[in-house]
Amino acid sequence: MAWFARGLRQGVDAMDDDSRAPVSPGLSPGRPLPTPAGQMDDASLCPTGALEVRAGVTVPDYARCVQCLRCVRAGAPIRWEQSYRWAVSRTGALGPAFRRSIHVRVLDAGDCGACLAEVRQLTSPVYSLHRFGIFVTPTPRNADVLMVVGPVTRAMRTAMRETYAAMPEPRRVIATGTCALTGGVFAKSVAVEGAVSRVIPVDVEIPGCPPPPLAILHGLHLLMGREGPGRPDPR
Amino acid sequence: MVTERSLGDVLGTVPVAGVHPEVNWVRVEIEAPHLIPALRALMAHGWVFAGIVVEEDGERAPWRLTYLLGADRAPWVGVEIWVHEDALASVSSVLFAADWQEREAEDLYGIEFRGHPFPGDFALHEGSFPAFAPMRRSISPAPPPRPRPAPRIVDAPGGFTLPVGPVFSGVQESVQFLLETVGEEIIFAHVRLFYKFRAAEKTMEGRTPDDAILIAERVDGTAAFAHGLAFAQAVEALARARVPERARALRVLFAELERIRSHVAALTAILESTGLSVPASLLATQVERLLEISGEFTGHRYLMGLMTPGGLRADLSDADAGAVARRVRHGVEAVDEIYGRLTFDESFLDRLEAVGRVSPEEAATFGAVGPVARASNLSRDLRAAQPYSGYEGWRFDVPVEKEGDGYARWRVLMAEVHESARLLEQVAGALPPGPVRAGVPPTGGVALGFAEAPTGALVYWVRTDPAGQITRCRIITPGLANWHVFPTAVRSFAFQDLPIILATFGLSVADADR
Repeated sequence: MAWFARGLRQGVDAMDDDSRAPVSPGLSPGRPLPTPAGQMDDASLCPTGALEVRAGVTVPDYARCVQCLRCVRAGAPIRWEQSYRWAVSRTGALGPAFRRSIHVRVLDAGDCGACLAEVRQLTSPVYSLHRFGIFVTPTPRNADVLMVVGPVTRAMRTAMRETYAAMPEPRRVIATGTCALTGGVFAKSVAVEGAVSRVIPVDVEIPGCPPPPLAILHGLHLLMGREGPGRPDPR
Repeated sequence: MVTERSLGDVLGTVPVAGVHPEVNWVRVEIEAPHLIPALRALMAHGWVFAGIVVEEDGERAPWRLTYLLGADRAPWVGVEIWVHEDALASVSSVLFAADWQEREAEDLYGIEFRGHPFPGDFALHEGSFPAFAPMRRSISPAPPPRPRPAPRIVDAPGGFTLPVGPVFSGVQESVQFLLETVGEEIIFAHVRLFYKFRAAEKTMEGRTPDDAILIAERVDGTAAFAHGLAFAQAVEALARARVPERARALRVLFAELERIRSHVAALTAILESTGLSVPASLLATQVERLLEISGEFTGHRYLMGLMTPGGLRADLSDADAGAVARRVRHGVEAVDEIYGRLTFDESFLDRLEAVGRVSPEEAATFGAVGPVARASNLSRDLRAAQPYSGYEGWRFDVPVEKEGDGYARWRVLMAEVHESARLLEQVAGALPPGPVRAGVPPTGGVALGFAEAPTGALVYWVRTDPAGQITRCRIITPGLANWHVFPTAVRSFAFQDLPIILATFGLSVADADR
């Protein structure tokens, strides 16, 4: 009872929907925008090969960018957007029956802990995932969505396949974070499969290393058919 | 206090082939049969086992093994042996802390440790590497790892093994527990790690330090700054580079910010495991605020991309440092208010007190590190024992508790949050002027880098070729040491205590699996 009273006194910590539009500092690491190429060799500034100069424009590949900021800090005139609508849908939303509520099984396929920590932050009062009708479920049998983080290690391949197989139709898969999209900095590792899509079909991709909670939320809203896609992939 | 010169006295009658001072450690070369006496002699003089470095060398023999030991304000010692075949004698019978590292090397390198007390399947699961030992340089000559039965201790009527994981619970890292039981009580918990094995050490090979640091930061993303720091310090030691004073101070500031965030997240996890959702939510909000502070002032919520050999990639102005300190102080006060209320919450204390006890002897035997060791009366903290990055110049205490139970670990975490906030404020108020980055020329050699990560002692052992490219990087993580002691803590407790004990350990799987 004492805790109940203390909780009430705290008031509301959750962000309201509208305040998310201009991202306040610290909520998102941001990401590069396509920029007219400068005097510098922009592409060589990127340690993960996420920048490519095409027809005088430096184009970022969000599936490779790890937000290390080396391009910006080296003085390249790369524009950096403080945004979070990063998710890209490959197959479309789940359908009208899922507009109000979905259950998500989160699967760690070898992540470093940062993506998982950001997913965990979604359940904090600040993001308050539950008010959107989104719930984390421990069992794939109850799950509509499989959210995979990490570069899919060899040892987790089977577990991931079986988790997916245990889910009822219709089901969707969200690949969360740069590692889940391309293997990230572990892409060349002998112990890593790389992209989630090499093992099971992927419906929504959320880039970022790690993607901030708001970007993950955008991916979930996208699946529920509540939000439009973000900026189209420049490639 | 022991100096390099007196190492001869320490080793006494053990025949030594050579004592060679390296950049920041002492290499003691001996013949393989004298390994155990040498380790015994060092441990009798206060050295503590840190880890085994296996190298596929070929210079004098196929394998070079270095047994690394650290001590309080005495040089790090690496006992080096050369091994001519794919097998050598185990040291785990006298040095139990080496148990898991030998088993790891056995699976990943395909070399046998003869006479190991508990051999068994460890790092390779369900045919993940069907035909080769993954850490070897070449695939063809390596024998496939020997198949081994799952461990089994209980042999009683009605006894069975309950497998949990690798996919279980809510937002949870992948790890498997094999819980041996005859009913309500856990008789023994076998922890099967390495589902998340990404071969980080091997992936760093052949890369420049600038490239490899991206991987170091992502060995454990929740302790990215500590990993970056340990790795950068190894590279700086190699090149004998001097890091600017301002960068050294800012490194302390960011490392303590990371420690505070990591500890508050651990406290939150403990509250969640006990089912107290109101205080858990109140603390989760503070974790978010700390992430926002990191993101706002460094560009990254987990402090990645900041560290570089030679300093930092970005400066923090004196005014901003003051703002960070003020906002962190505000957050720590909010956490302390919740903590104070919980001290009078009997139902909460009942779940932590006398639960998951690790005695000081057990902590020492298993080589526990970090808050887990300090809650069991072992005052081990690299910031005090082997000061780096200017820690010797700042005032802080190392909190220690005696009981070794869940409540002791809870108290140590909170006490450390206060110490870290105190450090952060000192540094923010006395930042030396100047640049934050110096050049580090590519250098060949071998050196150590170490840091006290939020979860405990972290050591990077880096060997480079003359062009400065990494040829071997061994990462000795706090996770590997503390997961080793975890089964001892859950022995004879009921199933419902397992998540609570797990939370009080605050372990990262990614960090142990690498």
